Amino acid sequence: MQFTLNGSAVDVTAHPMRRLLDVLREECGLTGTKEGCGEGECGACTVLIDGAPVCSCLVPFAQAERARVTTIEGLGDTHPLQQCFMDEVGAQCGICTPGMIMAAQVLAADASLDEIRIGLAGNLCRCTGYSAIYRAVQAAQGKQASLTHS
Amino acid sequence: MSPSVGKSVSRKDGIGKATGRTRYADDIVLPGMLHGRTVRSTIACGRVKSVVLDFDTTGFTIVDHRDIPPGGRNVVALIVDDQPFLVERTVEHMAEPILLLAHEDRDTLLAANVVIEYETAEPQYDPEQSDTTFKTITIEKGGVDASLEGAEIMVEGEYRTGHQEHVYIETNGVIAVPEDGGVTVYGSMQCPFYAHKALRSLFGPAAKVRVVQTETGGGFGGKEEYPSMIAGHAALLAIKSGRPVKIIYDRVEDMIATTKRHPSIVRHRTGLTREGLITAMEVEVIIDGGAYATLSEVVLSRGSIHAAGPYRCDHTRIRARAMKTNTPPNGAFRGFGAPQTEFAMEVHMDRIAERLAMDPVTLREINALRPGDTTATGQVLRGDASALEVLREAVTRTDFRRKREAYKGTNKGIGLALFYHGAGFTGAGEERLKSRARLDLTPTGARILVASTEIGQGTRTMHAQIVSDALGLPYESIEVAMPDTAISADSGPTVASRTCMVVGKILERCAEEMKAQLAGRTPAEYYDQVGPLSVILEHVPPPWINWDDDTYQGDAYPTYGWGCDVVELELDRDTYEARPTHVTAVQEFGRPIHPALALGQIEGGTVQGLGYALLERVVMRDGAMANPTLTNYTIPTTLDTPVIDVVMLENPYEGGPFGAKGLGELPMDGPAPAVVNALRHLGLDLREIPAIPETLLTCNSL
Repeated sequence: MQFTLNGSAVDVTAHPMRRLLDVLREECGLTGTKEGCGEGECGACTVLIDGAPVCSCLVPFAQAERARVTTIEGLGDTHPLQQCFMDEVGAQCGICTPGMIMAAQVLAADASLDEIRIGLAGNLCRCTGYSAIYRAVQAAQGKQASLTHS
Repeated sequence: MSPSVGKSVSRKDGIGKATGRTRYADDIVLPGMLHGRTVRSTIACGRVKSVVLDFDTTGFTIVDHRDIPPGGRNVVALIVDDQPFLVERTVEHMAEPILLLAHEDRDTLLAANVVIEYETAEPQYDPEQSDTTFKTITIEKGGVDASLEGAEIMVEGEYRTGHQEHVYIETNGVIAVPEDGGVTVYGSMQCPFYAHKALRSLFGPAAKVRVVQTETGGGFGGKEEYPSMIAGHAALLAIKSGRPVKIIYDRVEDMIATTKRHPSIVRHRTGLTREGLITAMEVEVIIDGGAYATLSEVVLSRGSIHAAGPYRCDHTRIRARAMKTNTPPNGAFRGFGAPQTEFAMEVHMDRIAERLAMDPVTLREINALRPGDTTATGQVLRGDASALEVLREAVTRTDFRRKREAYKGTNKGIGLALFYHGAGFTGAGEERLKSRARLDLTPTGARILVASTEIGQGTRTMHAQIVSDALGLPYESIEVAMPDTAISADSGPTVASRTCMVVGKILERCAEEMKAQLAGRTPAEYYDQVGPLSVILEHVPPPWINWDDDTYQGDAYPTYGWGCDVVELELDRDTYEARPTHVTAVQEFGRPIHPALALGQIEGGTVQGLGYALLERVVMRDGAMANPTLTNYTIPTTLDTPVIDVVMLENPYEGGPFGAKGLGELPMDGPAPAVVNALRHLGLDLREIPAIPETLLTCNSL
């Protein structure tokens, strides 16, 4: 099946009903996407399909056909959100972090705290109590804003 | 060089976690690896009559208790050796491991049908009716009976707390690899040396066993003892098959089979003067241990020592017992018994205040422990006892008294809880452990080799800061090795708020010793002139510690952290949902080594406490969790979580590194009673948690 994975055209053979999560982790070797519950509740497996965040544990591989799939590996390692998650200690144990960053990626650059809350409501974190994650997202907004204005 | 302690330096593990490059147990694939599966009991009590393998066994590795080698023992060695790795005949609880299967194809593995016939027996689910007591503890001070009899006022009450599931987002998982004529287990865990001890019991003391922690996606106590069980299972399969075996629990298995916080029943009888001075306290504590003793006796110990709360009273009796029921064993969970007993004490305090028509702050001010006071175990508190300071800061900062009046007759409530938490192992625990830390010189700095695990709380970073400052070398030059029983010093388990205060202190001394040996030379110069250098030191308990395990008298902990939480919430009178709107957490824990990590512990622990109070209900049916999914067992999401206003007060502890005390568990003790006291302020006479709408709807109004 052909699709675009993190900006590159790929052709991956797997059963169309396999979970996208398993295909990414086991066929593509991209283990940054995590499984926390397998039922779409925790958001640890969040990836983007054509720019929209989805729980990859609920998505059959067939749906990736000809789509653009972006995982945490697709952000490289200098994305402002990644830097701000480090600076603000938005990651403690780190298992929810890739999914959290993928969900945060699609938030509007000027999202208010309430909008951030709503945008991240599908991503569970058991370590931080979320406050440090809000601080990280807000710090990244600041960075992105200054990049835009400079 | 500017100091790193007190600064929020970059986490050692930040980049790997933010980029998804960090590898957890399930991310590791080894050549020839099999997947392992655990076949579990479907009854709560009885005997196994027969096991039938109703599938084509080609390509399977199959293990039962008879595969435990001669010289090995079928017990998960911990405190009392009563829990088997695999059922032989007797089943004591639902989801007890009976048979292990491994296969290289996961789908084939999961499809294998095993039919087990049982002879069932009557299970016991009620800890109060149980005839098996794992442990009893009595703490006695003064003459309680006479004081209670002569009291001007007497207030009694019973308080209950339910199970709580850890919900680390990474489920339990390990990989066992046959190597070097023995077995190495890599896995998600808090205590590699616990697993090591259990494996040596399983395979015999001469077996070659090594345990290496993999990056761990949360623990909260839930990966203290249970990983020893999974390690044993994977190791048995690996040795029988001769191939690496990975066992990763899915969420349902993790919730059904592994440990939870002990449910509790606590009864108080308190004598007071009309002015509100506590003159006598009698407390009865019952915790539900589940089917095996595991850690219940030490959970009971911490719970009972904290049962009188942060209050002074000359006449106190605490009687506590841990009971057996036919349910999966309950175990370690952040706070370890204290959140249960402090919940009871703090809700009881607000009921006392109500009875005396006194405001809850004044009642606490009158009775709070001060430096020089003695606790229930007779421990004389030193200068770093901050109950009054945290209380006053919380009250002032939240404008508590004014809001208490202003919210009357509205759908808003405000409540507080005052609490404390002993740091380090209870009683003589640290002395018995004799923890050690190891620090090696490298050509560019130093490497820390301890068994204390990074589970998210920041162990690596905080230890490196302590060593950096004590050694006088930059933070960036300090490496931290992954805990590995083959090379790490046994610094004890990563539990009990001890990793910073106890292990950090040993590392500080190692660094000072290394600095003395360097004698002004750089690591590179020392390497050239002398060669490698390794410093290993053992924990030295503070000289004032004096504890008697038989009488339960003395210094229960070297020191305590102190906290006061204020919860403001709104009640929807149609749905009976209570939503916290503002939470203030004032906590004193000596001194923060890394302020942002400390803040993360307080914010995160407080939100776990809010979940415990309001959302998290384990439904037990026929001896097993009936809601073992994240759909049906709900933990706080962003939308359930208010802003947490955190105040960190400092009161350095002379026995800790750079004045630090333990912090990890303290934030867990306060939120639940503060929530229930806020609901009481709204007129709901609640004496149990979780305070879910169904409970609030049916509880009495004041």
